[in-house]
Amino acid sequence: MATTTTNAKPRAQQGWYKRNEIAVTPWLFLIPGIAMFALYVILPVFQSFYLSLFEWDGLGSLSTHGEYVGLDHYEKLFTRDRAFNISLWNNLKWLIFYLLAIPGGLMVALFLNQKVFGIRLYKSLFFFPFVISQIVVGLVFTWFYDPQFGLSNWLIGLVGIPPVNILGNPTTATYGIIAAGLWPQTAYCMILYLTGLNAVDPEQVEAARLDGAKGHKMLWYIIIPQLKPATFIAFVVTIIGALRSFDLISIMTNGGPFGSTRVLSFYMFEKSLSEYGFKMGYGAAIAVVLFMIMLVFIGYFLWSMYQDEKAAGH
Amino acid sequence: MRSMLKTSVAALATAAVMATGAFAAGHAEPLTGDLRINLDTSNPAPRATMEAMIARFQAKHPDLNITTTVIDREAYKTQIRNFLSADAPDVLTWYAANRMRPYVEAGLLEDVSDMWAEGTDIAQELASTKGAMTIDGKQWGVPYTYYQWGIYYRKDIYEELGLKEPANFDEMVANCEAMIASGRKCYTIGTKWLWTASGWFDYLNMRTHGFDFHMQMARGEIAWTDDRVRQTFANWRRLVDLGAFVDDHQNKDWQQSLPFLVDGSAGAILKGNFAVAPLREAGLTDDQLDFHQFPSITEGVALAEDAPTDTFHIAAGAQNKKAARAFLAHMASAEEQSIINNGENLGQLPVNANASIDDDKFLKEGFAMLSSNSPGGVAQFFDRDFPAEMAKAAMEGMQEFMVFPDNLDDILARLESVRQDVY
Repeated sequence: MATTTTNAKPRAQQGWYKRNEIAVTPWLFLIPGIAMFALYVILPVFQSFYLSLFEWDGLGSLSTHGEYVGLDHYEKLFTRDRAFNISLWNNLKWLIFYLLAIPGGLMVALFLNQKVFGIRLYKSLFFFPFVISQIVVGLVFTWFYDPQFGLSNWLIGLVGIPPVNILGNPTTATYGIIAAGLWPQTAYCMILYLTGLNAVDPEQVEAARLDGAKGHKMLWYIIIPQLKPATFIAFVVTIIGALRSFDLISIMTNGGPFGSTRVLSFYMFEKSLSEYGFKMGYGAAIAVVLFMIMLVFIGYFLWSMYQDEKAAGH
Repeated sequence: MRSMLKTSVAALATAAVMATGAFAAGHAEPLTGDLRINLDTSNPAPRATMEAMIARFQAKHPDLNITTTVIDREAYKTQIRNFLSADAPDVLTWYAANRMRPYVEAGLLEDVSDMWAEGTDIAQELASTKGAMTIDGKQWGVPYTYYQWGIYYRKDIYEELGLKEPANFDEMVANCEAMIASGRKCYTIGTKWLWTASGWFDYLNMRTHGFDFHMQMARGEIAWTDDRVRQTFANWRRLVDLGAFVDDHQNKDWQQSLPFLVDGSAGAILKGNFAVAPLREAGLTDDQLDFHQFPSITEGVALAEDAPTDTFHIAAGAQNKKAARAFLAHMASAEEQSIINNGENLGQLPVNANASIDDDKFLKEGFAMLSSNSPGGVAQFFDRDFPAEMAKAAMEGMQEFMVFPDNLDDILARLESVRQDVY
């Protein structure tokens, strides 16, 4: 009988945890993270949606002071609210033009990717705008654009263009702010590409060179494909940066002139939390719309990462 | 508010009769416990003023443990809703009229009508602002200071060009033409934060159609597309088309608009009395800088003024309401208001009719104007009289109008649709 002389009890007599150890342990480790994420990210998403169905000024409790209005806020947003339309268009402008940071960052990175004396210093100087606060960037550019004493008008004056008031003109103001935003964002993309360039396989470059590739061809067919992971991350952070653009707008124009530089995040703040904003429900509805837009991109990012993982054979 | 003139004159008359030290009665019983005060007076001078004032209150009530929190003035405007509902102090600063309405309606401010009851000192001495402190027939705080608005101008430049203080709008426009002919701008303004533009609207509207019409608008009873509103904007347009206002004002805040007045490239500014201190600091003497009331536009319309009032309130969630009431009484006293409003402190006007006005040219002129030459009434200010959402949209429209006056139809149509939503 006693063929196996172990202390181990038969499986049926082991504790539940022992039996399921392999399956359960990872979840145990994940619980704190999941709980935090659920509490501070997932739950508020649903709360925002719930809140957007009410007319509420944020004072007093929602149950006593809030008034249920159904989807009225969304109806108003999409049919009657011109400020919302302007914000949506500006968000689109941000999404498109902010992406210029990616080729810009690549160019700077290629330029700085050499071994010269003091190159580390140059690299840190180029990275500097990303380190300083967005508020400071905004202030610097506000002065730069100043129609009376700003450097920008002096610069374009050199080539004979009359002075313009970039931030004071509703058609140019958003582009002016985006340009300011590109300064730190380019630096960020640059650093991503610099690390990416370190990982470029020298053997492939060598082989390409033997095959006669140089200049643009080398860049396009050999270097850039190897930078794909860096490009992906740069794309992700730039899109997210574009959608959350807020501080620059707040500091440079405060949404003006006459509301022409608002984006969704700023408009949401203005409607619900700013000095004159007491419409929590309406702000929440804007937040939900912004979330839906972000969801498209987040969905794409997740899908694309999932594909990568699958391809890697996990 | 309409009866400001009568009541303040009446209050002044009683001043002579009233015994001093009337507030001593309220201090008979010693106050104990904690008293938490939130202040928005973050600029250096007002901050020191308030701290000294609190120290005097402390000296009267040594057993009271007072904690003061000073919050940046702009940040305060958004933080107030958080601390009122989450962590209410006992006493807080805020503004009169519609600016306090959301908090009153949410039940976050204490009803202090008892302090305003007939026969009390406050009812007599602060009668001029009772209207601005009243919502739903109850009073919700006490005022501690107010200041006049009007046109601050460069006397030396006016004299150089042979101009006089205008008596009516045509003279004002003629002055402006002369000013422009001399290569200057008439008025400096910075509209980046929008409210400065609404100061112009307040005056143009109150002068064109009177105080009552303006207040009807504030209550949402008049369409923005009404012809009378257009008339106000047409008057405004006369100035805009002249090029009366400095260029690129939409990028400047009000502080950035002051240098134009200091260096003489603009002749005047429509502003509250708080502009005087920075202008003096920038080097303008009282011989160079002078003040005049905004001139009449439509003949026969009674002159009315903007005079924003800053106030103290008790939070509904206050822990020590007894001490808070004593503090409000302290704040309202003639003695205290004379000190905190003098030239070395706030440099503004005391609300208490028994308080003395500091010997300052602008304060005296402002006080005379408000107490004897503002028969139409006294308004708080555009963004305090109009509901927040309406005010925000309207001020944005006014800024746009000042840059692109041709957009007026579009702007008014937009404001009218906001009005229909808000009221």
